[in-house]
Parts: sequence; C-alpha cells; structure tokens
Amino acid sequence: MYVKQLSVFIENREGRMEKVTETLAKNNINIVCISLADTSEYGMLRMIVSDPEEGKRVLKEEGFSAMLTDVVGVKLPHYFGALNKLTREMSALGLNIEYMYAFTSGGDNASIIIKSSDNVKALDAVKNAGLSLVVPEEAYSL
Amino acid sequence: MIWNESRECMSRDEMMTMQGKRLAKQVNNVYHNVEFYRKKMQQLGIEPGDITRIEDISKLPYTTKDDLRDNYPFGLLAVPQSQIVRVHASSGTTGKATVVSYTRKDIEVWSECVTRELVMCGLGIDDVIQVAYGYGLFTGGLGLHYGAENLGCTTVPMSTGNTKRLVTMMEDFGATAIACTPSYLLHIGEVIEEMNALDRIKLKVAICGAEPWTETMRLQIEEKLHIHAHDIYGLSEICGPGVAADCIYHKGLHVQEDHYYPEIVSPDTLNPIADGEVGELVFTTLTKEGMPLIRYRTKDLTSIDRTPCECGRTLPRISRFKGRTDDMLIIRGVNVFPSQVEAALLEMGEVTPHYLMIVDRVNNLDTLEVQVEVEERFFSDEVKELENLTKKISAVLQSALQIAVKVKLVEPRSLERSMGKAVRVIDKRKLV
Ligand SMILES: [Zn+2]
Repeated sequence: MYVKQLSVFIENREGRMEKVTETLAKNNINIVCISLADTSEYGMLRMIVSDPEEGKRVLKEEGFSAMLTDVVGVKLPHYFGALNKLTREMSALGLNIEYMYAFTSGGDNASIIIKSSDNVKALDAVKNAGLSLVVPEEAYSL
Repeated sequence: MIWNESRECMSRDEMMTMQGKRLAKQVNNVYHNVEFYRKKMQQLGIEPGDITRIEDISKLPYTTKDDLRDNYPFGLLAVPQSQIVRVHASSGTTGKATVVSYTRKDIEVWSECVTRELVMCGLGIDDVIQVAYGYGLFTGGLGLHYGAENLGCTTVPMSTGNTKRLVTMMEDFGATAIACTPSYLLHIGEVIEEMNALDRIKLKVAICGAEPWTETMRLQIEEKLHIHAHDIYGLSEICGPGVAADCIYHKGLHVQEDHYYPEIVSPDTLNPIADGEVGELVFTTLTKEGMPLIRYRTKDLTSIDRTPCECGRTLPRISRFKGRTDDMLIIRGVNVFPSQVEAALLEMGEVTPHYLMIVDRVNNLDTLEVQVEVEERFFSDEVKELENLTKKISAVLQSALQIAVKVKLVEPRSLERSMGKAVRVIDKRKLV
C-alpha cells in the first residue's frame, strides 16, 4: 500500500550527489523519481527507486546515512482541480503535509508522493477524493 | 588482585618517609651529575643537604618542556651514555622533539608500574592483550608491551594500521584486552560492528590513554563493547604510560608515587594547591637514573585525593583530566576545553563522540563551529527534525561553554578517524 521512499543525508559539498547516483547505478538500481530539500549546510535527498531495501544497503555501505520511509503515492488524472480535491480531503481529516513531490508515470496520469502527519488517514483522504493509489510494485517499476 | 601490595598499600607515613629518602638521594645525584640542576640549585642557594624530607620538595626549582628542548638531546643525562639502553622521543608541534633516555633499571621500573596497573584493571597471566598503540619513538606501544610481558600476558604487538586485521585477530586469538587511544577504540568499535563480530570476540578490558577523554565517553565505550574501560596516564618525559591508572572503582587514577612523586600547583603562581582543588600536575622522578626530572610541569590540569581507595590501595588518586593548559582555547575571552564539548555532546546521547571544533576569526570576532556526525539512531528524513536537532545541540553547547556555537551536521564517518591522538580542534586563527 505504502511506497518505500529512500532518503539520504548529504552534505553540501562537491561530489556527494554524484557519489549517491554512482553507487545506485553501479548496483543496477534505477531512480524512478527524485526530490532534494536543501538547507545552506546539507541536503535531504528523497527518492523512489527500483529496489529500496538494496538501495539503502549499498548506500550505507558507502557510509551514507540512508533510511526508508513509508510514503503515499497517488495518481492524479489530468483534469482541473484534481490535486485540490485531495488536499481538501486531507485538511478535512486534519492532516499536515510534511512534504510532497510529483513524478510522471507516462501516459495520461501524473503522480505525486505525499508524506503527511498520518499515513493511515492519508489513505482515507485519497479514497474520499475518489483518487487511486500508486501501488509499490507499480512505483518501483516505472 | 594487587601486584605489589607492600608498595601499593603502604601507609602514608611509611610512604612519605621512603619518598623523603629517595628525594634526598635523587637531589644529591642531579646536583653532582647534571649541570643544569646544579646551576639552578646554586642560583636558588640550595644545597643537596637542605633536602632531607619529602616536604622539602617545595624548595626545589621547576623543570619545563623548554628546559628539555634546550638540552636536546642528551644534556640532562645523569649517567654516562653507555648506560642508556633506550631512547624515546615525542614529536613536538613546535621545534625540536623531546628526547628521553632510559637505563636498564628505568625500563624495569616503568614495566613494573605498567604491570601494577594492568593487574589493577583485572588482568593476569591468562589474558591475551593486543597492544594497539604505535610502536616506535612514541612510548605507548613499547611501554604497554613490556608491562604486559612482565605480568605474563600473551602480548600481541598489533601497533596501529590495519583495523580489520586487528578485529580478525581479536576474534581468532580470543583477545581479552586491548590497549590503545580512546579515539582509536571508538573506531575499532565501529569496525567490530561493521564485521558483526561483537558476539564472537572475547574482549573484556580496554586500557586507554595518551589523550584526554571524558567519563561519559568511557561509559559509552563500556556499554557499546560490553567491556570494562580503564584510563591510563603517562607522559614520555616521566616514563610513558604507567604513571597512573584507574582501578575497577574508577574514582581517579592511582599514581605510582613511590617512583613518580606528584604535586598540584597553581599554574599562575606555582604555589602548592590543597588536595581536591584543580591545578597543574607536577612530577618528580624519585628513582629514575637516566634522565631524572625534578618538579617537571606537565601542563595537565587535575586534582589529587590522598584518601585510601575502596580497592585497598593507598596510592593517591588524580582525577580525570580537565584538560591541558596548552589545549585550552580562549574564544572571545572565554576559556574552552575540548573535553567540555565532548562531555556536553555525549550527555545528549544523540550524537557520536566524533566531533571537530573549528575556531576562526571573522571580522575580528572569534567564532566556534562544532561539526558533529549525524548518527543512524536519530537520523530523520525530515529537514524540520534535523533543524531541531541542530538547534538543540547548539543550545546544549552554548550553555556548557557560555559562548555562541554554530553547529554543523556532517555525514557519518566523514570526520577523520585517528589511530593515535585524535585531532579535535582546528584553530584557524593561528594560521593568520
Ligand atoms: Zn582503587
């Protein structure tokens, strides 16, 4: 139900981002989508990858702080106000959105990844909005 | 067990009588055999006959590291060089190395002291000890080695270098003890973890020294590796490791005062300081033949407790070091010791003991940045959480040090691991 997101702490210094992508590439792990939250000192790289467990293992082996977080993937049809419908349902359930980022899944749908204050309630919000989830297998193989 | 009960448990009166006799003999020796001391005593108008009891020590002149450098390399010998069987040297950060020479008997006394301390830490002939201090001019490796062999331990001269091999041998040899710097032990701990070897090793005791570390760090090492960790203190000028160490009660380090007589004095006035109060540690080598030192100023800050210890020893105890007078940083006029940063960080329990202090001067104002590693346990993928952590660490440091501290989170294992003395401070102000 939940998609496992791979998060990595990286310092803002030369070559760290490259080291992450190189490590994943070397181990044949595909990056489906990526988002970077940055501060002046460091960045938080969040990714959906083809094999989250293995991705975490190989990054830790290279000395990175890496972790897996359960996030919710939602398919957003291309019509006006689809995202608004979802956020309205979320706020109705009293949810805070910690972060979110989009990715295209090809075809007609765009998708978003959401981390909210309560993952269980987030599933209800998706249902109430009449939207469908991106199931993990689907996310990893995009 | 106690290795040398007649000395280690001697009554204070007997000890002081013996120290007095030894001091009188040593002063007579240096007066006649070391020009440096003869001149100093003549300047002060003191003759060997003036020194008869241990209390007379306060009449004698001090010796400093500069005196050792000025007499480089063999100017302070009290015996012909033919009687010297070994030389050690410590690399000075400024100028010449400090060279220390030993006669055969000096090596024996040193080994005896290390042996006493290994027994104090619970070791015996059945133990297998890995000595992971550097072997060479540095006194750590050979000092522990001779003491462990003298006791009868199976002694493995690992030195420093290949940590994976060290852990493999620790497992294969069934090593029960290790001697190294505390920061290297932390690194060894990480490698044990990486190799998932904790359940397979038999390590029970660590004897750590050569750099200051905090009680919190000692406890953390004990918990992480399921061992007893002991603090061993020494300095090459006096002999090397073995001058003092803590027993299983960990209430200060027992000083081998029948050979190395301790005093605590005010670093400013050089007047003696009362027991229990912090001052600079000063040593007189009562029995040393090769290069005896009178009232050598160590620059280490500590206090002394002469009450008997629960372990039965009457040897006085010096408290864990507050720092060295020359490690002390003055940042915006405030005295700061790296050990304060370490203690504050470890008490939070959320960061690793690996940290780096960077002192700089920006627009004529001193700045302190402390880099700490983001540890697995509290790592979060939410920036908000990490910002909170940064704020919390700087608040803790700020209240401990009384100056503003900028905290920077860095990737785990990104701060340099050291096999000898760890680098904890980069003072960029000195480079300008
Ligand atoms: Zn004791």
